[in-house]
Amino acid sequence: MSILEYNGSGVVAMCGKNCVAIASDMRYGVQQTTVATDMHKVYKMHDKVYIGMAGLATDMQTLVQRFRFRLKMYELREERKIKPNVFANLVSSMLYQKRFGPYFVEPVIAGLGDKNKPFICAMDLIGAPVYTDNFLVSGTSSEELYGVCEAMYRPNLEPDDLFETVSQCLQAAVDRDCLAGWGAEVYVICPDRVIHKTLKSRQD
Amino acid sequence: MADSAYSFSLTTFSPSGKLGQIDHALAAVKQGATSLAIKAADGVVVATEKKSPQLVDPASVQKISLLDEHVGLCYAGMGSDARVLVKSARKECQTYRRVYEERIPIAQLVRHLATVMQEYTQQGGVRPFGVSLLVAGYDETGPHLYQVDPSGSFWAWKAAAIGKNMVNANTFLEKRFSNEMELEDAVHTALLTLKEGFDGKMTADNIELATVRPDPDNNNIPTFQVLPPSTIKEYLDEI
Repeated sequence: MSILEYNGSGVVAMCGKNCVAIASDMRYGVQQTTVATDMHKVYKMHDKVYIGMAGLATDMQTLVQRFRFRLKMYELREERKIKPNVFANLVSSMLYQKRFGPYFVEPVIAGLGDKNKPFICAMDLIGAPVYTDNFLVSGTSSEELYGVCEAMYRPNLEPDDLFETVSQCLQAAVDRDCLAGWGAEVYVICPDRVIHKTLKSRQD
Repeated sequence: MADSAYSFSLTTFSPSGKLGQIDHALAAVKQGATSLAIKAADGVVVATEKKSPQLVDPASVQKISLLDEHVGLCYAGMGSDARVLVKSARKECQTYRRVYEERIPIAQLVRHLATVMQEYTQQGGVRPFGVSLLVAGYDETGPHLYQVDPSGSFWAWKAAAIGKNMVNANTFLEKRFSNEMELEDAVHTALLTLKEGFDGKMTADNIELATVRPDPDNNNIPTFQVLPPSTIKEYLDEI
């Protein structure tokens, strides 16, 4: 049993038209036992940068604290908010620093960059990033997510359509995974607002 | 270098509240060849005297140093001390790039240099740096010009001169500076200011000139360039 499968998770990010979506399941499990159904895996770094993390829960929580620390220092020093691509590079270098004793998380970053251009990025546990303009997935349900997203994704979706697509993709995928599910949380980040919805899904 | 056996600072307060070593360092700076810089609306120009003895190959003397694509520095005072700071600044620029994949904001680079210079006024067994620096760069918030002194204090300037002729040069700059100045005018003003205190004939071989501005040949990305003698000669012919 891989340490990355200890807690279970499904995280997905998608690019739309002038918006990005990031979503995750809400199961907190210890192997086969479900302990809680209200665990957040997507965290807001600031209004236009969100990060979702799949993998070992303790490392995810510690990393959130470390990211918040680095971001606060960044904002104090630089007197500006960090851009998503710069944040992605920061995450990558923080993960690689632990190359030979890594954090067991595989993050997905979503945000709006310069001129509100949609940005998504995912990386492995030692910080190798991948950038695309369509969708990225992570977690125990990643293979299911790849399948559904590939089938259902279309480019340039408006925020409401993007919300629907991401929600359907996530739910269909985690329903096939015994370690992920038990509710879902979706964020759609637009230049002027963030749509945040919690989905009631199959509770099994 | 800084990890000596001394556990006490060599720079100590006098009863009147002065740090003698820093004042002496400033005296060393004042003996150095004049350097000046002007911040225009669309860039910064840096100019310096490069007075070397007749037999020295002028191409081997480099007073203006590139720190990263978008920032450079010039000094007045001891060249060898400046070299150490240039090395540290270059490393800081790349460290920043390694973590953030972005060019370092000028204010942060200056703060790093100032911190290093201050440490050498308080750490055990070292002496202050015998240089004042003029850091010229262009980042997301526009063109910037900073001066950093041996004490570690720094200021943002619109135009500044350091070194031998700084008092007269600063007066000259105060009269000539205007907020709407464009870079081309700033270059001419810089050369005229340098000429004011120049001993002998000013040629393309005994001064150094550099600009940082959006490069029209490269997507208007801000670039720091030390100008070649041929370009300097063209500017000198214009004034």
